[in-house]
Amino acid sequence: MAVDASTSARGDLILKNLTKSYGDFSAVDDLSLVVPKGSFFALLGPSGCGKTTTLRMVAGLEEPTSGSIFVGETDITDMKPYRRPVNTVFQNYALFPHLTIFENIAFGLRRRGITEAEVKTAVDKVLNLIELPQLATRKPNQLSGGQQQRIAVARAIVNRPALLLLDEPLGALDLKLRRQMQIELKWIQTEIGITFVHVTHDQEEAMTMADTIAVMNKGKIEQMGTPEELYDSPKTAFVANFLGQSNLIPGEVSGSDGDNLIVDLFGTKVAVPKARSSARGNSALVGVRPEKFRIAAEGKSTHGNVLTGGVVSDVSYIGVSTQYQVEMPWGKEVMVFEQNDDEEEMLRKGAKVVLSWEPIFTFALDGSENVSAGSH
Amino acid sequence: MAAFRGASAKVFGLKDNKSALPYLLLIPGLLWLAIFFIVPIFSLGQMSTKVPGADIGEFVQEYRFSNYIDAFNSSKEQFLRSFLYGLLATIIALAIAYPLAYAIAFKSGKWKNILLVLVVAPFFVSFLLRTIAWKQILGEEGPVVSVLRTLNIISVNTSITSSAFAVVTGLAYNFLPFMTLPLYASLERIDPRTLEAAGDLYANGFTTFRKVTLPLSMPGVVAGTLLTFIPAAGDYINATILGSPSNKMLGNVIEARFFKIVDYPAAAALSFTLMAAILILITIYTKRTGTEELV
Repeated sequence: MAVDASTSARGDLILKNLTKSYGDFSAVDDLSLVVPKGSFFALLGPSGCGKTTTLRMVAGLEEPTSGSIFVGETDITDMKPYRRPVNTVFQNYALFPHLTIFENIAFGLRRRGITEAEVKTAVDKVLNLIELPQLATRKPNQLSGGQQQRIAVARAIVNRPALLLLDEPLGALDLKLRRQMQIELKWIQTEIGITFVHVTHDQEEAMTMADTIAVMNKGKIEQMGTPEELYDSPKTAFVANFLGQSNLIPGEVSGSDGDNLIVDLFGTKVAVPKARSSARGNSALVGVRPEKFRIAAEGKSTHGNVLTGGVVSDVSYIGVSTQYQVEMPWGKEVMVFEQNDDEEEMLRKGAKVVLSWEPIFTFALDGSENVSAGSH
Repeated sequence: MAAFRGASAKVFGLKDNKSALPYLLLIPGLLWLAIFFIVPIFSLGQMSTKVPGADIGEFVQEYRFSNYIDAFNSSKEQFLRSFLYGLLATIIALAIAYPLAYAIAFKSGKWKNILLVLVVAPFFVSFLLRTIAWKQILGEEGPVVSVLRTLNIISVNTSITSSAFAVVTGLAYNFLPFMTLPLYASLERIDPRTLEAAGDLYANGFTTFRKVTLPLSMPGVVAGTLLTFIPAAGDYINATILGSPSNKMLGNVIEARFFKIVDYPAAAALSFTLMAAILILITIYTKRTGTEELV
């Protein structure tokens, strides 16, 4: 009956008040979330945030201190790992070095008393899916990192689990291969329709692949949403800084104008869409992504929100864009990315500049947030 | 350094200086082997076909290969016993050492280093002393006999020294570290994530052991059994100290022929036969276990 769970339990992954403590330290702290069936879900966070511990609890490799884990209606909290409807792609792949690629992939199938012919059909099919049928008779150590990675995915998905867990699956690959594998993994997920739960510390990786991202910090989920939601409307400074870069400028809410809040930034009033504000009191952190700023020499015409009195303190040209550090009148620097898509001359260090941006690109956090939380 | 390299290249007639260094590093080892292994083996081989001369201790080369047949025929029983005792001792040592090595490699946590020191600790005492200690342990006043007698497993008149049991357990005890250390080394090298992966792929604890742990530890099993079996089969100290005359092994026969009877040719022929037999056995064994295919 319990064995059936590995083939029959289907549905959303539900974590209820999941906690894992080591003495006084809570690696995962009262975490609750629902991963909808068929989605590509990413747990994103810095190392030590509890994301891998969460994944290992779902896989059954760690025992939760409290809380429960469901797949659909089935409670798998106390189930042995080998009875769970879950397969894992391990960090560094953990392929069996003594078995051929065929036997590696067939390992899970053979534990289920499937006929030899069915095993062969299933393995051949998945090898074709990952486009490596020629490797069936090789041993893992004869394969490149990218190939081993795909075999690790194949070995897991061939079992048609309800849930595929990926623990930093691309961490050992070089940048170019990583990009390629991101696209490939996303494609495989769409192709087979299994729920993927992907753990990573790489925000770009999470944003490229996942439908939904949960940003974790200190054992808790800071914010959960689509990549767009998290990037455009972060709710905490940690999310604002961990996903991309943000300029967070402290200010006072001074009024309201239709759908916008008016916030006073060191004497300059700027508009922030109310829908993107999570400020609870009067003090707020106004957030603007570096690429949303327009930068112009002092005296040029501007529109939208405007901040004057900046002085360029550093310029770096990086091809697609130019990155400026601009020292503002209140003594702090802001970061500006300007696309190199016009004939505007590059501004020199020391130039007096004015920054402007459209109000809709502004978000606001509560003033009590720590400005540098989650910075890289 | 350059001059040194140039010289070595001349010695070996090699044009590429870099490739000479590894050969140079081989020289001490090769010299050692030549002086202390090849030369003695050669003289042992010569001795094995000689016949006694006029005086005691004088032998004449007559290429009498029937020495081998005579020597073998006269000690068939001890020959078989050597292999049987060696095999039993190896099996016992493996049965004790595998769980031990497994526990040290996977379950010992902070105690790992202390346990490893304890495994090696017997080496601080000489082989001979350890065997005598084993005689004490199994002896009349020792704890083993008194426990067995109290439990009525053996009768008051039965003793367990001077028996095959004492010799075999003595061999297993003496060579246990040789079994444990290679086993530990190969188990310790296993990535624990491959074991987790097996569990993740529906293998229960026993299947994981059978399909992943055991195959991955085979190099250690083979190394450990060879390091135990080879010296155990050729040993004579355990049989001398712990056995009765009916437990004599081939090592005892060779020892007696060399030092007591002064029949060097027979002793040499027996030594060669033992070596050849062990060599054939381990060749079959390593071929069968297919260790060359393991990573």
